[in-house]
Amino acid sequence: MAYVAIADQGQELSHPHSFVTKYIWSQDHKVIAIQYSITAIAVGLVALGLSFVMRLQLAFPDTFSFIDPSSYYQSVTMHGMIMVIYLLTALFLGGFGNYLIPLQLGARDMVFPFLNMLSYWVYLLSVIVLLASFFVTGGPTGAGWTLYPPQSILPGTPGADWGILLMLLSLAIFIVAFTMGGLNYVTTVLQARTRGMTLMRMPLSVWGIFMATILGLLAFPALFVSAIMMTFDRLLGTSFFMPAVLSLGDQLATDGGSPVLFQHLFWFFGHPEVYIVALPAFGIVSDLLSVHARKNIFGYRMMVWAIVAIGALSFVVWAHHMYVSGMNPYFGFFFATTTLIIAVPTAIKVYNWVLTLWKGDIHLTVPMLFAIGFIFTFINGGLTGLFLGNVVVDLPLSDTYFVVAHFHLVMGVSPVLVVCGAIYHWYPKLAGRMLNDTLGQVHFWLTFIGTYVIYFPMYYLGILGLPRRYYSNGVTEFIPESVGSVNVAITTAALFVGIAQLLFVVNLITSLRFGKKADPNPWRATTLEWQTPQTPPDHGNWGPELPQVYRWAYDYSVPGAAEDFTPQNEPPPGQAA
Amino acid sequence: MSIFKILANKPWQQSGQIDNLQGGDVVVMPSARIGLWVFLAVVASLFGLFTSAYHMRAGYADWQQLDAPALLWLNTGVLVLTSVAFQWAWMASRQGKLTAVRDGLTVGGALTMAFLLLQFLAWQQMIAAGYFAYTNPANAFFYLLTGAHALHLLGGLWVWSKTTTRVWAGLDEENAEEVGRVRLRVELCTIYWHFLLLVWLVLFGLMLST
Repeated sequence: MAYVAIADQGQELSHPHSFVTKYIWSQDHKVIAIQYSITAIAVGLVALGLSFVMRLQLAFPDTFSFIDPSSYYQSVTMHGMIMVIYLLTALFLGGFGNYLIPLQLGARDMVFPFLNMLSYWVYLLSVIVLLASFFVTGGPTGAGWTLYPPQSILPGTPGADWGILLMLLSLAIFIVAFTMGGLNYVTTVLQARTRGMTLMRMPLSVWGIFMATILGLLAFPALFVSAIMMTFDRLLGTSFFMPAVLSLGDQLATDGGSPVLFQHLFWFFGHPEVYIVALPAFGIVSDLLSVHARKNIFGYRMMVWAIVAIGALSFVVWAHHMYVSGMNPYFGFFFATTTLIIAVPTAIKVYNWVLTLWKGDIHLTVPMLFAIGFIFTFINGGLTGLFLGNVVVDLPLSDTYFVVAHFHLVMGVSPVLVVCGAIYHWYPKLAGRMLNDTLGQVHFWLTFIGTYVIYFPMYYLGILGLPRRYYSNGVTEFIPESVGSVNVAITTAALFVGIAQLLFVVNLITSLRFGKKADPNPWRATTLEWQTPQTPPDHGNWGPELPQVYRWAYDYSVPGAAEDFTPQNEPPPGQAA
Repeated sequence: MSIFKILANKPWQQSGQIDNLQGGDVVVMPSARIGLWVFLAVVASLFGLFTSAYHMRAGYADWQQLDAPALLWLNTGVLVLTSVAFQWAWMASRQGKLTAVRDGLTVGGALTMAFLLLQFLAWQQMIAAGYFAYTNPANAFFYLLTGAHALHLLGGLWVWSKTTTRVWAGLDEENAEEVGRVRLRVELCTIYWHFLLLVWLVLFGLMLST
């Protein structure tokens, strides 16, 4: 039986009529995207607050009565877990993925709209379960976002009673939500592209999100497996990860389990996870750079190859997080080699971004500032990854502030700069108004310079040997007094950066009402989402007929063309639409 | 439509109308089938990881091979029969024999429920014999793996119940679209059941051999 491609059949969408079905139980990908984004940003602000708890303790030790070792470690853990998973993963895939994929592909919606809606509400449930751990006896878990056993489920670690269980439950629920969403993103990219939209005509934003989704679908099961097994260890007394261990002076009944098994499972998930965060950022920043430099992305094919290669290689580098676990040195050698190999496609992408800017007609709009800021911070953080990827150099730097600086710059600062740039870029599309430019400039400069002041000194602290995840250093000989002053400076900078983010949130809200009304295509971009008949796009996105695509996504400043951009759905000269 | 061919073409040189979606071979397939295969990749990843964890843990000194209850062999037989029933339903749906589809689906679902009950019975036998989860890692893995497998079957039963009630409610055999939808659902259920049978055979083999 012949099946008709989706682009040729009328996709039957549900047509909502009441407020509740239009904005709450909505199956429209744009509404779901905004729901994901608001939830992710809200919980991210909670995690930002938790980072202040940490910074206050580090700068002014033993000054605040509400910060004790338990609450410090709980803040460390929840800050990390929320930021990596509940903010960045949910925002890039649930937020940007949901909004951009159908619009940039010329589809009316995702292929499984009901499942899409369900994925958001299950995500919200996972957030509620996670936040509930703040209100149970013992509070949330303080085991570090890596949740290493046996400590994470033994008394002595905060939250070993209920906090850890709620964390594991919340992660399992999140993985279910993410699987539902991921099915949508992958199937929509494969199935629902409009006529003429070949895979190699897709914008890099979609490629980045597509590859990240595939990584997530294959890697999150590792976290799921380890979470279930740790729950068994905690609730049923099994010994998957629990060795023979003394807890508070008593020998426990467990025996024979392997904490290193957990580390393997966790990092088999954990490393692809960082690429799940990074790849959408790579894709989106490529689009931001080419639009605002009026120039095609340099080396589009290599950019796509690099995204695929980074995705594939990300599964064979995980044990570079485990160099100090006591594993066989030959394993260390293998993983160091693969880690250095994965740096190659990543570096190719960096060269191509810079080459895109070279001799481009650069407009220093706020999105462009954030995109250029990404290049700076990513190079900075990425180069130090080369240090950490080598076993011998990693041994003294492991679990010091050097690592903290590295991963914050590549995962915290760079992708967040992209998120901000992307929101300034696409806000006119989803709200029909521009964000305030002055507030945007202040937001950018405070954030960019502020995050350098926060994280760059941490490299020096790490080289000194200052360990991470320490509530207090006491009087330690190798840590000079000046470390205290550096910590005060970092905390001060962090407060300013935090205020800048609040300015951003204020901008987002007030511009809904008071922002300058936007053109349908204010940045004069070629991609399909800017060619919708209405701004913001109506339900169904395209009106009665889907667009027809005639060219790739990067026809900017083409010699001989009338304008400095040619939309993807504009027919070639001499051919009627 | 190999990934290498896709990544080798030069989109900036190809302005103009391309009538099919991939600029080459077209694979036209219902979205639900692609969705199922992607989901099966996720489930395969999950059980694959359980298996590697199993292997890693089995290498330690305290591992004692599981005394699998003989009931599990009967359960395996029942699961094979469920696959047969679904396969029969699928073949009947391709020939348009809707009564046979209805019967095949019903038998398949009933046998699946029987399998789940028998698995639960096997659990009870193990507990009665003193094989608790915490006494031995092999026991723990037994409960974990059979439990995970059973939960996936339960999820499948949810989809099965929606399909079977639709078929029992009666179909307009002239309406090609409706018939096509049911045919697709039966096909996807069958693929899913065959996949879970394969997973069970691997898990069972693993537990018997280590």
